[in-house]
Amino acid sequence: MATKAYQRTYTKLQAITKATVSLNATGVANDELALVGGRLAQVVKTKGERVTMQVFSGTEGIPTNAEVSFFGEPPTLKVSDQLSGRFFNAYGKPIDGGPEVEGELREAGGPSVNPYKRRQPSELIPTGIAGIDLNNTLVSGQKIPFFADPDQPYNQVMADVAMRADVDKIILGGMGLSNDDYLFFRQAFESAGALDRIVSFVNTTEEPPVERLLIPDMALTAAEYFAVDKNEKVLVLLTDMTLYADALSIVSNRMDQIPSKDSMPGSLYSDLAKIYEKAVQLPDGGSITIIAVTTLNDGDITHAIPDNTGYITEGQIFLRADSDSGCVIVDPFRSLSRLKQLVQGKKTREDHSQVMNAGVRLYADAQNAKTKLQNGFDLSDYDLRCLDYAKDYAKQLLSIDVNISIEEMLDTAWRLFAKYFSPAETGIKQSLIDKYW
Amino acid sequence: MATKGTVTGIVSNLVTVKVDGPVGENELCHINLGGTLLLAEVIKVTGDLASVQVFESTRGLKNGDEVTFLGRMLEASLGPGLLSGVYDGLQNDLTTMTGVFLKRGEYTDPLDHSKLWDFKPIASVGDKVVAADWLGEVMEGWLPHKIMVPFSFSGEYTVRSIAPEGSYNIDQTIAVLADAEGEEHKVTMCQKWPVKVAVRGYREKPRPSKIMETGVRIIDTFNPIAEGGTGFIPGPFGCGKTVLQHAIAKQGEADLVVMAACGERANEVVEIFTEYPELIDPHTGRKLMERTVIICNTSNMPVAAREASVYTAMTICEYYRAMGYRCLLLADSTSRWAQALREMSNRMEELPGQDAFPVDLSAIISNFYARAGQVVLNNGETGAVTFIGTVSPAGGNLKEPVTESTKKAARCFYALEQNRADQKRYPAVNPVESYSKYLEYPEIQRTLESTVERGWIDKVLEAKVLVRRGKEMADQINILGDDGVPMSYHEAFWKSELIDFGFLQQDAFDAIDSVCPMERQKYMLDLILDICRREFNFEDYEKCRSYFKEMINILRQMNYSEFKSEGFENYLASLTKLLSENGN
Repeated sequence: MATKAYQRTYTKLQAITKATVSLNATGVANDELALVGGRLAQVVKTKGERVTMQVFSGTEGIPTNAEVSFFGEPPTLKVSDQLSGRFFNAYGKPIDGGPEVEGELREAGGPSVNPYKRRQPSELIPTGIAGIDLNNTLVSGQKIPFFADPDQPYNQVMADVAMRADVDKIILGGMGLSNDDYLFFRQAFESAGALDRIVSFVNTTEEPPVERLLIPDMALTAAEYFAVDKNEKVLVLLTDMTLYADALSIVSNRMDQIPSKDSMPGSLYSDLAKIYEKAVQLPDGGSITIIAVTTLNDGDITHAIPDNTGYITEGQIFLRADSDSGCVIVDPFRSLSRLKQLVQGKKTREDHSQVMNAGVRLYADAQNAKTKLQNGFDLSDYDLRCLDYAKDYAKQLLSIDVNISIEEMLDTAWRLFAKYFSPAETGIKQSLIDKYW
Repeated sequence: MATKGTVTGIVSNLVTVKVDGPVGENELCHINLGGTLLLAEVIKVTGDLASVQVFESTRGLKNGDEVTFLGRMLEASLGPGLLSGVYDGLQNDLTTMTGVFLKRGEYTDPLDHSKLWDFKPIASVGDKVVAADWLGEVMEGWLPHKIMVPFSFSGEYTVRSIAPEGSYNIDQTIAVLADAEGEEHKVTMCQKWPVKVAVRGYREKPRPSKIMETGVRIIDTFNPIAEGGTGFIPGPFGCGKTVLQHAIAKQGEADLVVMAACGERANEVVEIFTEYPELIDPHTGRKLMERTVIICNTSNMPVAAREASVYTAMTICEYYRAMGYRCLLLADSTSRWAQALREMSNRMEELPGQDAFPVDLSAIISNFYARAGQVVLNNGETGAVTFIGTVSPAGGNLKEPVTESTKKAARCFYALEQNRADQKRYPAVNPVESYSKYLEYPEIQRTLESTVERGWIDKVLEAKVLVRRGKEMADQINILGDDGVPMSYHEAFWKSELIDFGFLQQDAFDAIDSVCPMERQKYMLDLILDICRREFNFEDYEKCRSYFKEMINILRQMNYSEFKSEGFENYLASLTKLLSENGN
C-alpha cells in the first residue's frame, strides 16, 4: 500500500512497548492504518495529540526516530473472483508466488447485517460424521467451533468437514498455524481438486502474533464478497481462535487496560462476537457459515476464551479421546448444535430427534454404570447392557472416522437399541417404535 | 444555544469531548463524522471534558471533529404502533431501514407519523387529570390503546378541550390541558420518556397476588412466578436458557410480551421474526407476533446501545402497564448488559470492582429489577410488568458478580445445571436449588388454593421433599453401592426419578408436551404423588428399577398425548394395571 503524497510523516516516537508505539500527531482518524518504520500499524487510541498504534508485526528494532506515515483509511482488501484458489498473508498479500489481486477495495471489519434482513438458517450441511450429523447437525449460516485439546486432530476433522460440505466457496483463516498444518491444508485442498473454490489467509507461528488480529476480518471480508455480491454459499474456517484471543490480550495489556477474567480484555465477548456474528443466511440465498477451532487447556471450558465463545456461537463440537473404544469421538454431552432442530425431522427422517436423544440418554446411563464400576460396585444387568451398548455406540456412531449418510446413522442407532434394550427402556414415542423398531 | 464541543480523545467507543458550555449527565450529543451524525451519551464530566459513549462504530473519527449537545437524555417514543415492532436498542425501527447492512448514523423513527388512528375520547371537558390518566383510546390491532396525559406532566390539569371521535395521526392535538396556572398544553397521541427513569403515574404498587402461568411444569407448579414478579435464569451455555426463555415468551399468560435480545445471537431473533407471525398465542388464539415487541441489539451491534436496549424495553412495558395491561419483559442476557458497563468502566480507567465489573453493578441491577411490579392505576385498574432476565455466568460459575447481584434483586431463581443438561433432562432447571419466593407469599398461596385447589401448596411441598430426599438417597447409593443400602433407599430414589421424568422434564419441541395448562399439571402431580405415597417392598433393587422405568415410560407417553384423549386414557389404564399387579 503506497502512502499518499500529501500526508505528513512523523519521526519522533514518544513511547514504545512490545506491541504498540505512541507519538504526537494531528488529524489522525480512529482505526486508520499507518506505516511505522516500514511496518503496518493501526490507530487504537488518541488522547489529545497523543496517538497510540498497535504494530502488527511487533516493535522489535523500531527506534524512536522511526518514520511514521498515516494512510487515512482502515484495513482494506481488494475483492474479486481472482481471490479464488489463492493464499494470502494477514495483510492480504499473496504468499503463493502469484500476482496481486485486482478488484474493488473493501473495508475490512465493516458493518453488521441488519438482523431484520436475515433469514432463518434452514439448509443442512451433511458431514458424514455421525457425532455431528446425528447428534449435532450443522446448518448453513451457523457459527460453531470445535473445542479440542491441542493434541486432538481438529484441523484434519475440519478439513474433512470442509471437503464434504456442499458449498460454493471455502475460506480458510489460519491464525498461528504451524507450518506443517499450513502445508497440510494446502495439500488437502489440492488433492481434493478443490483449490479453485478455496481462498486462504494464513498467519503461521513463524509470524508475529499481533498480525493474527487481521486474519478474521480479511477472511470475512472475502466471505461477504462472495455471499453478498455473488449469492454464494460460503464456509469460513477459522483456526485457532484461542491464539487470536491471546493476541488481543497482548495488545490490551500493552495499553495498560485492566484485565478481566483469565487476563483477557474486558471486551473479549464483543470482540469475538463481531467475528462470529458475520455468519448469516442472507435473503438472496447467499450464506456465511463459520466453523472455528478453539483449543482448550486440558478440556477446561470454563476458561474465558471457550466460555465467551460458547455464549456467542451456536453450539460447539467437543472432541475427545475415548479410552473405551480407542477412537477420537465427538463428545455427545459437551457437544451441541443449537440450530439442529431447524433441520432435524424437517430435512431428515421424522425419528431423528427422538433417536438422537435416546441414544445420548442411554450413553449417559453407561457413564453412570462406569462410575459404579470404577467405585467397585456390582453392576446390574441393565448396567452391563449399557456398557456394551456404549462401546458399540462410540465406535459405530461417535467416532470421527465414521463417514455414512444420516439414514444409515439412524438405522445403526435403531439396530443398537434393539440389540441391547427393550423399547420401553429407550423412552421413544410409541408411534416411532411401532414404525422403526 | 446548544452546547458545542470538539473531540479530543478516542479509545474504541469512548470519546472525550472538550465542551464550551453546560452539559448534563446522560445528555445526548451528535458527533459529526464527515457529515454522518453519530449519537452518543455523556457518562462522565471532568471540568470541561465530557466522556461520551458512542452508540456506533467510531472508525474514522478524528480529534477536532465537532460535537453538538442535544439537551435531552435518551428517550423512547411512546404511542400507538409499537406492537409487533422490531427495534434496535435505541428504538430505531429495523424494518424500515434500507440495505442489508446497518449503516452508521441511520436513524429511523419508531412510530409511523402518517398513519391515521380512530380516536375515541374517554375524558370530558372539565375533568381534572394527572399524568398517565386516560384521555381517549385507539384500536392498535386487537388492543385498545389508551392515549394518556404525558408522563412528564406534573401536578393537576383541567381538560379544556378534547378531540371528537375521528381519525387522527399521532402528531395531531387530541386534547388541550390547562395547568394550575391556567396555561394551556397541547397533547398528541405520541409522547417521549427518558428510558433510564422509571415511569410513575400509578396509585400504588401492591405485592403480587397471582401467578403468571407459563405452561412449564417446573415453573408453574414447583417455582411459580407472580404477575408483576421478577425472576432470573442463570446457566452455563448449552443448558437451554434460550429455549426456556422462548417457551415462556410463547406461552406466558400476558397481554403483551417485550423481548429484549441484549447482546445475544442474531439468529435467535431471526427465529422470532420467522416463527411468531405463524405461531398462535395459546391464551387468545391470535398470532404471537400481535402481542410481541422485539428490541434487538445483538452481540455484534454497538456495545453502548446494548446497555440502552434493556431500558428501552422496560420503558415500553411500563407504558403499556399504565394502560392496564399485563406485560412480560424477557431480557436475554443481562450479563451482556453488565459486560457493556464493564467495557465502558474499563475504558474510563475507573477503579474496578470484582472481576473488573464497575463497583455500582449491584445497585444498577437492583434498580432495574425494581421497575417491574404490579400496579393499581389512578382509576383503580391494574397493570403489571413481569420481568425475567437470563444471566450467563462466566464459566458456569454462579459465584460471580452478575449472578450474585441479580440473586439479591430477583425473587425467582431458575438455576440451569450443566449436569442435567448433559443428561438431556430438559428443562435443565435444578429442582432442588431453584426457588420461588412467591410460593411463601400469603397472597399468592391464597390465590393458588382457590384457583387450583385447596391443599395445593402442601402437595407442591410434598413433591419437593420427595425430590430432595431422592437426591440424598442417590448420593448414599453412589457412596455405599446398590447392595450397601436398604431397599427403601432405592425406592425413595426411584420415586424422585418418577417425579423428575414424569413431571419436571418437558419436551419444549413437542407440540403437546411443550404447553401444559395448570389443570393438566394438577392432574399429573396428583397421579404421581399417589404413586409416590404407596409402599412397594420390592425383592431387589433390579426389580425396583425396571418397575419404575416402566412407569416412567408410561408417564412420558401420557405427556406426549393429548390430555384425556383415547391414547392418554389407554396409557393411564396400563399404568393402573401395572400398579395393581404389584399388589397395590
